[in-house]
Amino acid sequence: MSKIARQQSTHLPPDTRRTNFNEVVCGYTETEALTESGRCLQCKDPLCTSGCPVRINIKGFINFVSKKDYKGAYKTITEANLFPSICGRVCPQDRQCEAACILGKKHEPVSIGLLERFVGDMAQQNGWQETRPIVPINRTAAIIGSGPAGLACAYDLAKAGVSVVVFEALHLPGGVLTYGIPEFRLPKERVFKEIENLTRLGVTIETNRVIGRIHTIEDLMGRLSFDVVFIGTGAGYPKNLGIKGDALNGVMSANEFLTRVNLMRGFDFPRYGTPVGMGKNVAVIGCGNTAIDSARTALRLGPENVYIVYRRTLEESPARKEEIRHAIEEGVQFICLTESKEIISDNEGWAKGMNCVQKDETGSSEFLLNVDTVIYALGTMANPIIARTTPELTIDKAGYIETNKENMITSIQGVFAGGDITRSGGAFTTVIHAMSTGRRAAKGMLEYLEAVIAANGRPPKFRG
Amino acid sequence: MFEITAVESFSPSTFLWEINAPEIARAARPGQFVIVHCDETSERIPLTIADFDAVKGTITIVIQAAGKGTLEMMAYKAGDRISAVAGPLGEPSEIENFGTVVLVGGGLGAAPVYPILRALKLKGCHTISIIGFRTKSLVFWEGRFRRYSDESIIVTDDGSYGEKGLVTQPLKDIIMERQINRVIAIGPLVMMRSCAEVTRPFGVRTIVSVNPIMVDGTGMCGSCRVSLGDEVKFACIDGPDMDGHLVNFDELIIRQKRFVKYEKQSLALYEKKCPK
Ligand SMILES: Cc1cc2nc3c(=O)[nH]c(=O)nc-3n(C[C@H](O)[C@H](O)[C@H](O)COP(=O)(O)OP(=O)(O)OC[C@H]3O[C@@H](n4cnc5c(N)ncnc54)[C@H](O)[C@@H]3O)c2cc1C
Ligand SMILES: Cc1cc2nc3c(=O)[nH]c(=O)nc-3n(C[C@H](O)[C@H](O)[C@H](O)COP(=O)(O)OP(=O)(O)OC[C@H]3O[C@@H](n4cnc5c(N)ncnc54)[C@H](O)[C@@H]3O)c2cc1C
Ligand code: FES
Repeated sequence: MSKIARQQSTHLPPDTRRTNFNEVVCGYTETEALTESGRCLQCKDPLCTSGCPVRINIKGFINFVSKKDYKGAYKTITEANLFPSICGRVCPQDRQCEAACILGKKHEPVSIGLLERFVGDMAQQNGWQETRPIVPINRTAAIIGSGPAGLACAYDLAKAGVSVVVFEALHLPGGVLTYGIPEFRLPKERVFKEIENLTRLGVTIETNRVIGRIHTIEDLMGRLSFDVVFIGTGAGYPKNLGIKGDALNGVMSANEFLTRVNLMRGFDFPRYGTPVGMGKNVAVIGCGNTAIDSARTALRLGPENVYIVYRRTLEESPARKEEIRHAIEEGVQFICLTESKEIISDNEGWAKGMNCVQKDETGSSEFLLNVDTVIYALGTMANPIIARTTPELTIDKAGYIETNKENMITSIQGVFAGGDITRSGGAFTTVIHAMSTGRRAAKGMLEYLEAVIAANGRPPKFRG
Repeated sequence: MFEITAVESFSPSTFLWEINAPEIARAARPGQFVIVHCDETSERIPLTIADFDAVKGTITIVIQAAGKGTLEMMAYKAGDRISAVAGPLGEPSEIENFGTVVLVGGGLGAAPVYPILRALKLKGCHTISIIGFRTKSLVFWEGRFRRYSDESIIVTDDGSYGEKGLVTQPLKDIIMERQINRVIAIGPLVMMRSCAEVTRPFGVRTIVSVNPIMVDGTGMCGSCRVSLGDEVKFACIDGPDMDGHLVNFDELIIRQKRFVKYEKQSLALYEKKCPK
């Protein structure tokens, strides 16, 4: 079976995709999916599942695919992962399930991500959803943040009969899935479909609500009488560049750049009011997913050159390998082993170049990169709003919320947290990790509702 | 959707909106702002909460038409609805009985000074307000200011109303003459910088409200970053109130021009669509 080559999905050709925001990877046709599912050895002791952070029964769902029982495949996946259409696209399969696939030892691993996506998209097209009737249990939960952590938590709570309200600071839900990851990699339609499914389960999403400001957590549990709260606010605060010239015009964080393009649709300026403000020669500093997304987004806005300036080697980049390949195909120029030293200003405060130092075994050399736009993607930190307005909450030195890893409860009774806001810097922060901690929290919240509230007849007071 | 409950015009380019937003009105504190997002295609526009009434459930914003986004806002009438208002945002102003405080408002900046003035007065401060306008026809809210000021001074650039000159002159006179515990100055960047320079030699704590270009207003993008001494602060979550003696105004003034090219393009398009 392994003689059959790994099925490649159709990709838009690099020259075309550089000019638009259409999805680059077209996804499997049914024939391709069937052929690929046939490559799976259906191992007795499959390794792939151990590579999956949420332990999807991969062998099982692929078996369903090969029998054309796509609904069965969907059910199998969603036992562990609620959003296959999203994860099939953005999970780093190359270092998770596919890295563990036994076929990869000699040949190429089964394309688990593309199969998962195929099943997820099929479900969205056919409107498959959880059909078990929901039995309301007369309990309420407030979810702060509508990123993957918050959405996954809301899903499980809603299915268990809890009445759920999601509070989102921005005018659109989805967190990084909406404002960060670009359309050509994760069409927003996919994200909004999943959110629609959630609202169909009865979940209310209130956008434009910055918790900590409009309501504090104490308000949520007091005045607004929520029984439990989940904090899934992400770690969106961009790290500063911290080199000379970082305040110049033309220098911005990847979050600002991507938000202007994705959330505010600045690529369609002036029809949409928010400009992007990108110049002709663009340097992106960093080489994670965010940096690659920024560089590829920049490329689509038609500049002369887009560079990625990275202080390590390409092999060390934490980004999905496929995205790096796509970036190279599209014409992003990689300058590795290179430190950005200083951004040079013109007479009016605009960036006009960046001094860099490239180092290798033979020594180091300095050069001036001719750029008028510098986008820095050096990672993000915890956003301080919730912590500042909730002094009772225990946070670590870097501002991340401390939780019990079993049930994700925080230092406050009835308040749980998950996703990027619960992990300290440097940790591997992914969509699937956010979702799995969101679900773990939902389980913890349900247990809490059952145990604590049943014992007292009602939830304890805030700080209780 | 949020309903605009009242519109008032102060001059051909300045106007007031009262918006029905009970949750925001309840939570709002002096010094905070909202982000207004009129419809799907518009920018997210940060505007200071110039007044709020928790009982009525309304907030008031006062707007200077500066470009396409704010010009478009001028077309709305009472009863119209806008897509989103997010807020309150930012740290509230410090409100304590500081002793004698001088509150300086320049032009439209007078509006955001008002709720701070009122709160400080109600806390027991001795309040001195200085509000300045280019000319008499632009003066607004004089009565409101007088009501909460122990002493109030109005200046106009051309002398057509009140004293002639800039707000910095009476500020200097007062500071030289008596013990002032705090100065709050809100208005155009150059005006706030001048006020901070007036008070610096006297070591009087001077709070300004910075207005860098924003996108989300939640601390996620860094568009609003401001150099404050050796530190970098985000105006939307650490401010907008900041220590006027530490703010790097020169940098801020340059950063205000980040999108000038695009703003002109937007404006030209708007003017073509809606000739005067
Ligand atoms: C550009 C980019 C590309 C990425 N690519 C990948 C990828 O390919 N694969 C992968 O696995 N991971 C990727 N990641 C990482 C992944 O997106 C995150 O780990 C994940 O989104 C974290 O989910 P979350 O739910 O914890 O938070 P977020 O997705 O950050 O969502 C948090 C939400 O909470 C809201 N919020 C914050 N504060 C408040 C408040 N006070 N009140 C109300 N709402 C609030 C925010 O507005 C936001 O919508 C990428 C990240 C970025 C930035
Ligand atoms: C915290 C804060 C409070 C503010 N309070 C008020 C207020 O009470 N009343 C009022 O009239 N104005 C206020 N402003 C300024 C107001 O937001 C801008 O004038 C408005 O965004 C201009 O948009 P525009 O499309 O009309 O003009 P544009 O043509 O886009 O820009 C005109 C000028 O406004 C500034 N500006 C543009 N976009 C933004 C933005 N997103 N954020 C901030 N400044 C921008 C720039 O310096 C620009 O040169 C405040 C700004 C901030 C940050
Ligand atoms: S406006 Fe984006 S961080 Fe302040």
